[in-house]
Amino acid sequence: MDFNDTPTEAEYRAKVRAWLADAAAKYKDMPDAEGRNAEFVRRSKDWQKTKHDAGYTGITWPKAMGGQGLTPMHSIIFSQEESKTAAPTGLYAIGLGMCIPTVFTHGNPEVIQRFVPKALEGGEIWCQLFSEPAAGSDLAGIRTRAVRDGDDWVINGQKVWTTNAHLCDYGIIVTRTDPSKPKHKGLTMFIVDMHAPGVEARPLKQMSGGADFNEVFFTDVRVPDAWRLGEVGDGWKVALTTLMHERLAVGGKPRHSPDYNTLIDVARQIETEMGPAIEATHVRQKIADVYLADEGIKLTQMRALSALSKGQIPGAEQSISKVVVAKNMQDMAAFALDLSEAAGFMTDGGGSDLERLRASYMWSAGLRIAGGTDEILRNIIAERVLGLPGDLRPDKDTPFNEAKPL
Amino acid sequence: MNFDFSDDAKALRDQARRFLDERAGAAVARKAMDGDAPYDAELWTSVVELGWTAARVPEAHGGIGLSAEEACVLAEEVGRSLIPVPFVSTLMATEALLLAGSEAQQARWLPGIADGSVIATIGWAEGDAASPATTRGVRAEGGRLSGTKVPVPDLQGARLAIVSAAGRDGPSLHLVDLEGPGITIEAAPTLDLVRRHGRLTLDGAAAEPLGDAAAFHAWLDRAAVLSAWEAIGTGTVAMEMAVAYAKERVAFGQKIGRYQGVKHKCADMYVKLELARAHAMHGAWAMATDAPELGQAAAAARVAALDALKFAAEENVQLHGGIGFTWESDCQFYYRRNRQIAFALGSRAWWADRLVRTLERRNARAA
Repeated sequence: MDFNDTPTEAEYRAKVRAWLADAAAKYKDMPDAEGRNAEFVRRSKDWQKTKHDAGYTGITWPKAMGGQGLTPMHSIIFSQEESKTAAPTGLYAIGLGMCIPTVFTHGNPEVIQRFVPKALEGGEIWCQLFSEPAAGSDLAGIRTRAVRDGDDWVINGQKVWTTNAHLCDYGIIVTRTDPSKPKHKGLTMFIVDMHAPGVEARPLKQMSGGADFNEVFFTDVRVPDAWRLGEVGDGWKVALTTLMHERLAVGGKPRHSPDYNTLIDVARQIETEMGPAIEATHVRQKIADVYLADEGIKLTQMRALSALSKGQIPGAEQSISKVVVAKNMQDMAAFALDLSEAAGFMTDGGGSDLERLRASYMWSAGLRIAGGTDEILRNIIAERVLGLPGDLRPDKDTPFNEAKPL
Repeated sequence: MNFDFSDDAKALRDQARRFLDERAGAAVARKAMDGDAPYDAELWTSVVELGWTAARVPEAHGGIGLSAEEACVLAEEVGRSLIPVPFVSTLMATEALLLAGSEAQQARWLPGIADGSVIATIGWAEGDAASPATTRGVRAEGGRLSGTKVPVPDLQGARLAIVSAAGRDGPSLHLVDLEGPGITIEAAPTLDLVRRHGRLTLDGAAAEPLGDAAAFHAWLDRAAVLSAWEAIGTGTVAMEMAVAYAKERVAFGQKIGRYQGVKHKCADMYVKLELARAHAMHGAWAMATDAPELGQAAAAARVAALDALKFAAEENVQLHGGIGFTWESDCQFYYRRNRQIAFALGSRAWWADRLVRTLERRNARAA
């Protein structure tokens, strides 16, 4: 038992490190590009092209798709090393992590030729158009319609929680093409041009105050039949390909989140009428609980990495991580803000730790929902890992346009 | 990255699982509960023949010299099986001898442990002592110990007890040959009706110093890792029992496992057990490599494992409903053993605080 790279992994890591030291150096002295602004996009595009030319994109993709044909461990090692630099990351995560693998798994040869290489070198940015106001956890309940018209399909409807829609060139969209079929049967997936007439992306302001997502409205948007991904009516199967990648992508704790050490630091600075907060039993018990969750998830991810490193498929580690991380962030932040009394509550109070804790408290409420709610994740663990029976789904076999809620 | 047990450890686990599935389990635990014997002598002979007591003993002392990884997988399997033999107590005492024993002390006791002729146990509790660190009832004077240790697991039938006594800097470890004079052993009833406990009264009993307070605390960390694995084994079987019942019991026209109120509890059992397993693997690694992280990893492993076991044992009764609360149901074994493991090395709260103290010391060193 050890935490070391295998010789092959170590060799790749050394190569990546040496390349990054040089290639990513220029970002070190640049001030942070705020969120999703034009400068962030410019830098991201530039960095994606640099990586592409050096053979560090599509690391796990087949060579035929322009990838490197390497293992998930290679990809993870590159991301680990990249995250230690100031190079901009994130803009392509959804496009290259989820959308394009769906395109090259289900698209026709012309579509693959047209879209995949351009996406890989960063020339075009992609988004995923799945969730709708009435279809979140129950994704197969989507209502956005696509109707055949000659060689085209005409799309009408609304998507929501679309990351970066306003910056994107293309998206993959799940639509309902046959409402007379049961809900999972009447869906079809397409590629859609985000600059086409009738597509309108509006920023969606979150309860935290930021706007990291969009809602996207489609009004008579035309898509050629050649841009269909998979057969008509097979949209659910195609969407599962994409979601498999999503569940892998959203797992660990967000970088730079407050952790148990933050709580130790905060507690050390607070004087209560009973003495320093760090000496209070309930505070120390909470620190231990937070440590168990924080470090437990890191160690659990190391178990998953060890499985990958041996060429095995990891188990339910990512679902476990998702269930534990967000709720733990929320509880820990609330506890630390409580300890800090008024300074924790006032948005201009306290130092940078409190600022991060307030942000973490607000953000964690969304994280418990994004990419599979805590409840859906528990269903997945209970059903797929423990083999318990699925929930009853009364609408499963009824034509979508006749289904009535119980 | 190779954060996983070695192939040798896994092979030993598979072998142990096969043996215990066949020979131990809740029915055997029930037989032990209904009987008077301190442990199942026939099963103990088999366990010794399998080489489990020799596993950690170096070859020079008649053992096999396996690593801490193997000790951890055996602790987990024994935890799963509820097997009524003094294995965990002997294993923990073996760790104390390996850690703190002089060459002569090891030569005196380890061969007997390896060949099964010596059952050993550890006694820190003194009835009202608040934690393993607050020993005050047993005192050492001129190579003799006086005072009472209670409850001591697997005391009846044991030949060797390693007991803590009040020392200058905290509890120190002493070896007591239980066949010597000045020793009284009585039964001490506890909530656990399968693993028997005793009251050890020492009245000027001959004792050899084994280790100082530092050795005591270093031993506690190793014992905590082993107890975490035992707890994970016991908790996992409680979860398996709950899941099996949820797949079969029908209420309101459905298998109860379809209800989220039931299945989410099962999912939470799994999540808690897997988090505990990750910490306990960290502990196994730190123990096997004598890493500086051992204190932190051991405390985390123990606390996470106690949380997981408590939750699984309690909710297993709950998911069984009325039948789970009957004497005939096996739920009680896991529910009761949960209390035994929780007591065995000091409470969850004490270990959580110990974890934070370890983190504070680490942070202070780094600063």
